[in-house]
Amino acid sequence: MNIFISTITRDLKMAIRNPSSFLNPLMFFVISISLFPIAISPEALTLSTMAPGIIWVISMLSVLLSLNTLFHYDFDNGVLEQMIISHHSLPLLLLAKTLAHWLLSGLPIIILSPFLGMALFLNSESIYILILTLIIATPCLSLIGSIGASLVVGIKNSGMLLSLLILPLYIPILIFATSAVSQSQANLSIDGQLYFLGFIFVVSILISPFLSAISLKISLE
Amino acid sequence: MSKLKVTNLSCQKGYNLLFENLSFEINSGEVMRISGPNGSGKTSLLRLLAGLSTYDSGSINYDAFNLNSEEYKLDFLYIGHLTTLSPELSCIENLNYISLLGNKNSELDFFNALEKVGLEKFENELVGTLSAGQKKRIALSNLFISQSKVWLLDEPFSALDSKAIKIFESRIDEHCNDGGICLLTTHQKCNINNLREISL
Repeated sequence: MNIFISTITRDLKMAIRNPSSFLNPLMFFVISISLFPIAISPEALTLSTMAPGIIWVISMLSVLLSLNTLFHYDFDNGVLEQMIISHHSLPLLLLAKTLAHWLLSGLPIIILSPFLGMALFLNSESIYILILTLIIATPCLSLIGSIGASLVVGIKNSGMLLSLLILPLYIPILIFATSAVSQSQANLSIDGQLYFLGFIFVVSILISPFLSAISLKISLE
Repeated sequence: MSKLKVTNLSCQKGYNLLFENLSFEINSGEVMRISGPNGSGKTSLLRLLAGLSTYDSGSINYDAFNLNSEEYKLDFLYIGHLTTLSPELSCIENLNYISLLGNKNSELDFFNALEKVGLEKFENELVGTLSAGQKKRIALSNLFISQSKVWLLDEPFSALDSKAIKIFESRIDEHCNDGGICLLTTHQKCNINNLREISL
């Protein structure tokens, strides 16, 4: 457990000392969303209808932007090699790195989303549901993303390849999360969507550290 | 008395056969230098021994254990071409994390290790601000911390000045006198006792 906490602390420390690695995707998140009212319409009804889709799509893209840094630096300096040959469990180490990634990419999105939701005229009930979907599903974005990031870790300029690999796997999350917020706006039940998101979360936390470990070993061979 | 035994090992990268039916044994107290021209498979052999790559045929055994056993993983140290140092962290922070990954012993004296390699004044300095030679010294300061018996060192003396090379040569001697095993690749002349050589 000591190595798990040390890995998270180390990654957070590195990110704080090199803030552009996690601030750039967040800036992208805030700026992109704030441009929609200018580009589409400042009308409350139009924006509140589109808000769940806008916030969720931009959240996914900003997490995708930050995925390149998940393993890249540790690959360049050889720390990933040491993780692979370490007697500690590689999936546990990768889970720690993924958790640190979520703390730097998913958590700030959750914190910022109520303000951006208000800017897009979402009502308080919908903002609550939006936060709930983000809390359940942003860890899935980091966990599923870690599989793709570990597969392309040795490839230069792999951003496009990573998007092609990961975005199709994000689609179910996008469908259930946006539909939950939209249905809450229409006062319909959202239990089904939340159960599906919960199921995706459980499956990804159980499987993705192991798949990432296998992909990483293949990439570094 | 520990023994690392390689039997009929073959390794192929793409269409290129690097070596075939390679066999050797190395016992406690011995240093083996792996020599050969560029591209002959020296680094590949060390990576195979570290468990970073898979081999096509043959076997690698450490005493009665195989390569993937917990006993072997706890008992070897691999220092490759890369420094394993993160530029955003200080020397002490880097050493702390790397030794946590590789050693079973947590009561380690990092400051003492930095002093041995002449970088005690840089303990809280960010690694990103150091020169290539200084980074290499910090990476190799692991040799003063490690509790592992088997050392796999890939080009340990590159980027080092003659004074630093002497420090690490004597550390390797000391390790082998204590019953350790060391396999290294280098194109430089080594002044190490009990040195055996294998050519690829």
